Amino acid sequence: MQHSYFDHNATTPVAPEVLETLISCLDQVYGNASSIHHFGQAAKRRLEAARRQVAALIHADSSEVVFTCGGTEADNLAVLGAVRSAPGPPQAATKHVVTSAIEHPAVLSACAQLEREGVAVTRVKVGSAGVVNPDDVRAALRPETVLISVMHANNELGTIQPIVEIGRIAREAAVPLHVDGVQALGKIPVDVTALGADLYSMSGHKLCAPKGVGALYVRKGTRLAPLAFGGHQERERRPGTENVPGAVALGAAAELAGRILAAESERLAGLRDRFENTVLGRISGARINGARWSRVPNTSNLQFDGVDGEALVIALDLRGFAVSTGAACSSGAIAPSHVLTAIGLDADRARASMRFSLGRANTAAEVDGLAAALEASVAHLRRISVSVHA
Amino acid sequence: MPELVPNHGAPIAVAMSGGVDSSTVAALLVRQGKSVVGLTMQLWNQRRLPDLAPHAPTGRCCSIEDVYDARRVAEQIGIPYYVVNFEEQFEERVVKPFVSEYLAGRTPIPCTLCNNYIKFDRFLEMADAVGARQVATGHYARVRYDDASGRYQLLRAVDPAKDQTYFLFGLTQPQLARTLFPLGEMAKPAVRELARTFNLAVAEKSDSQEICFVPNGDYAAFLSAYMKETGVEPPHTRGPIVSSDGRTLGEHQGVHHFTVGQRRGLGLATGEPLYVIRTDPATQRVTVGGNEELLCGKFVARDVNWISIAAPEGPVAATVKIRNKHQAAPATLHPAAEPGCVEVVFAEPQRAVTPGQGAVFYDGDLVLGGGWIE
Repeated sequence: MQHSYFDHNATTPVAPEVLETLISCLDQVYGNASSIHHFGQAAKRRLEAARRQVAALIHADSSEVVFTCGGTEADNLAVLGAVRSAPGPPQAATKHVVTSAIEHPAVLSACAQLEREGVAVTRVKVGSAGVVNPDDVRAALRPETVLISVMHANNELGTIQPIVEIGRIAREAAVPLHVDGVQALGKIPVDVTALGADLYSMSGHKLCAPKGVGALYVRKGTRLAPLAFGGHQERERRPGTENVPGAVALGAAAELAGRILAAESERLAGLRDRFENTVLGRISGARINGARWSRVPNTSNLQFDGVDGEALVIALDLRGFAVSTGAACSSGAIAPSHVLTAIGLDADRARASMRFSLGRANTAAEVDGLAAALEASVAHLRRISVSVHA
Repeated sequence: MPELVPNHGAPIAVAMSGGVDSSTVAALLVRQGKSVVGLTMQLWNQRRLPDLAPHAPTGRCCSIEDVYDARRVAEQIGIPYYVVNFEEQFEERVVKPFVSEYLAGRTPIPCTLCNNYIKFDRFLEMADAVGARQVATGHYARVRYDDASGRYQLLRAVDPAKDQTYFLFGLTQPQLARTLFPLGEMAKPAVRELARTFNLAVAEKSDSQEICFVPNGDYAAFLSAYMKETGVEPPHTRGPIVSSDGRTLGEHQGVHHFTVGQRRGLGLATGEPLYVIRTDPATQRVTVGGNEELLCGKFVARDVNWISIAAPEGPVAATVKIRNKHQAAPATLHPAAEPGCVEVVFAEPQRAVTPGQGAVFYDGDLVLGGGWIE
């Protein structure tokens, strides 16, 4: 059976150009980038070239890019590192963080850890559009607020958050802003200065680089305490011998993404709209979750009245189409999504929702195949749910 | 319906727990050339009640290790495999009734509720969803179709030590029509041997015991932790322990700590051994007495489900099992006036007839039906 992949927000295949770079680097560049000798210098050169490539994609200076082992580490380093290094407010008041209810667990769980350490956290709610209102962020600020953390694009809905406005609010209040950019990078243009971000998280494997590498942009002058200790690498922000092949792959992926971004996002938006229009036209009781007109171009989150999303994922997989219901827990079972709950879907509607996320290899023929399989599977599931509950 | 898995016919959905039995079932069906889809039901989050976590051993039902094992077997035998989350339904249909039954002074069997409402209900719906008409589990029991009566019959497994029909008395005809129990004809050692032949990584895994969501069988600790988490306060928690002639012998911390027939944990210093005869949640009174006072000649079973025979009009001779380890005892079943109720009259009085447990009616190996002890 042919298998088509429509789960690029979960992870992406490594791009052929990136793979080639990665393999040649693994093969030839084995020096420790901190070593003085020829081999170390060669590794260091590759590492710094990669850093410049990543910096270029987000319009930053390369000295502001810290390589990590992935997006989760970048988020944790940003949230925990910024809050722990912030000077304590006077009169023993507790430090305060503003974030949103639809963040990735890497941010939400880091915030929960801060709460256990005595930090107060406000999770700004969102409406049915799945977009944070900047006024709510402003209203949540307190004198003791030490960090604002809001994602650039939501992983489940694809909704783009008003970072420029939130950045303005953060600057006015002199509070650092962290932006989880994992799902935006490579899908929409990113300019960290225009956004007003002080910290910006990136993940390799969402950008057609391999798993195990990511990066955090740290604006010059931003306070950041390290999470680990043991070396001077990455300007003492992230100790440990540098993963040069990983960084080089991320650099190559960043350069490639920058080169094709405009054309690819237009192509993906066209495919996504073709898919959604077909589905909305052919399947009754189908609707889009989240703001339709403010999304990254590859993501479509749809709900189908009366359908069990978990069963639909399995049925589609058996027909050769890989899609997702949203967050998956450690055992591989499907847990209810906090994002869908946050946009006001009740348990039944959340359970009836599915995420389709497109990528570079997807074609119009595949998208049409997916729409047809979806139509057949939804019809089948509705038929049996009628017979079961009759 | 379109074929979902090409070239193999409609698939069979196998409920895979990660244990040796269900793993062997999946491997056996694959060996027989069947198209198989493996599904693991995620029923309960073993880390949910942190008070119990220190005692929660690994390798329990629904643990991450079990899912890992099931996935590994599925990979080895080359079948599509998915984990499906039924935690909400499990809590609603199994855990909550389990708790309220205990608080009402009865001794529930959650495995039967799980079979009735999850494993042979929700799971069948999921099987439908993936295009599977039949389901197979690792239960030790047999199903056969009887031409004469036009009914699907349930029979004990050939291995009497492993027979699980006691927990399956709630299965209906539509459920049985779609169910395969491939291990019903096999003895447990033969199943393990088969697992070894198939080179399954779980071949030497120990059997699961007791109630899957209650660590170490300490149901009282589970009840306390669950009630604490859900904010449910039992109405009274203390009461007297009295003898059957009305003397107060001591005090206890709540009737849900006691089961009819229980001897240990009464905290009484008396000459002769004393057993719990009955518990009364309304007055929080626990009555104790000698072994002979536990004997009971008859009881009423409610919500009776008839399996291998249609609901009888008059008395039926049967053997009746009143708990899993009980040796089925000869009795006569009298249909009661109240619908769904049967009066069971034993030929010889039986020890510790316990409200909340199942009463399962047999004719030899044939399961006639069963109900809940009133």
